[in-house]
Amino acid sequence: MGDNERRERDKTMEADASEARGAPVRILIAKPGLDGHDRGAKVLVRALRDAGFEVVYTGLFQTPEMIASAALQEDVQVIGLSILSGAHMALFPRIMDELHERGLEDVLVVAGGTIPKADIPHIKALGVAEVFGPGTRLATIADYIRDNAPRPSPLW
Amino acid sequence: MPRLATLVENEDPQGLDALDALFPLTGRAHVVGVTGPPGAGKSTLVAELLRHIRGAGRRVAVLAVDPSSPISGGAVLGDRIRMMNHHADNGVFVRSMASRGRQGGLASATAGLVHLLDAVGYPLILIETVGTGQDGTDIASLADTVVVVEAPGLGDGVQAIKSGLLEVGDVIVINKADQPGAEDAQRLLRASFDLAHPNNGRFVPIVPTVSTTGIGVSDLLAAIDDHDAWLTETHQRSLRRERAARAEVLAGLRAALDRRLESGPGRSPELMALIGRVARRDLSPRRAVEALAVALDPPGRGNSIGD
Repeated sequence: MGDNERRERDKTMEADASEARGAPVRILIAKPGLDGHDRGAKVLVRALRDAGFEVVYTGLFQTPEMIASAALQEDVQVIGLSILSGAHMALFPRIMDELHERGLEDVLVVAGGTIPKADIPHIKALGVAEVFGPGTRLATIADYIRDNAPRPSPLW
Repeated sequence: MPRLATLVENEDPQGLDALDALFPLTGRAHVVGVTGPPGAGKSTLVAELLRHIRGAGRRVAVLAVDPSSPISGGAVLGDRIRMMNHHADNGVFVRSMASRGRQGGLASATAGLVHLLDAVGYPLILIETVGTGQDGTDIASLADTVVVVEAPGLGDGVQAIKSGLLEVGDVIVINKADQPGAEDAQRLLRASFDLAHPNNGRFVPIVPTVSTTGIGVSDLLAAIDDHDAWLTETHQRSLRRERAARAEVLAGLRAALDRRLESGPGRSPELMALIGRVARRDLSPRRAVEALAVALDPPGRGNSIGD
């Protein structure tokens, strides 16, 4: 079988296989800043796993640089920022800057926690796609991510 | 490079083509598999190892493999948490991977990412994975050096011996060595090694560590480097490379066969009919398999799958 024939057959096989499987969406969940409460984030991480996502959880006390550098290495399609400390207006602009600096504009960024409704337009103006208030159903978050996550784009 | 890793992991043709092109550049890295039962403290230990490795100014990549949920297909990839201190350090690359329910295919995907990290020049690559038997030994065969991490009280030493992990271990670690039972565990392992595992005439070191404080970790790194030197001196490295190539090729072959079964013959009316007959006790399972093997690989072509 010639190289071209083999390539065509491989492409069909692989396309069929990944269509059937659909490579799972990779998500990074991070808690920026000095917020020390992680129970909610852990519940979210497990719920997202149960919804079929692969969740890289980076834990507490993340700096904007740590979050962006992890997102780059793990090549995640989605970043979820969980913050209960009220420092979102200080931290989110820096996080978005670090992401832009690394060329991660295509990553879907969502946020959750105790974020006042008045701040939401400002946060969205930074590039955060959606903000989930406390009490949002986990299924709602999972559905949103599933509907809006980008697919990994080709290299060239 | 992280995007390429994703394409390789997803078996995207573009990623796999790129990997083929890069493959001649591989074979330079020292690949170390870190495996062992859950709860032994592997993640914390690897994080401590990173500190020592970076302290010596050496570049290193870590591949952390976690199991996927068989029900949802999702996974919690939590090994990275303990390594976040190295975020600003360009000499460390950490990537998390889910097993994705691939059996043979997990070794394939992991091997692919290892080759990628090797080709881009990381001289030391750590693969961290849970060893509970199949996956543990599959991934162990990809490594030049296998480190098995045990801890006292995780089930007795007999469990460890039964699980087969010790047979593939080049360096054994007793983590949580400050806990009661650690000395006994060390004694038991030492005795079983002296009796049963000649390991090419090499003395297998057993290194006690306390990963939370870093005790013993520099000894562990020294043992890992010693094994690397031993592989070179005794020309065992080429045997390891063959073992790794065999594991990767066979894993890929099994994954390809699985895919074939899932698509064509796996859904055929003939198969459904045979299965129905077996369920009704009209045909023995063995005869059903023989009939299928013949269908996959008609006689007259030499060795057939059913033989």
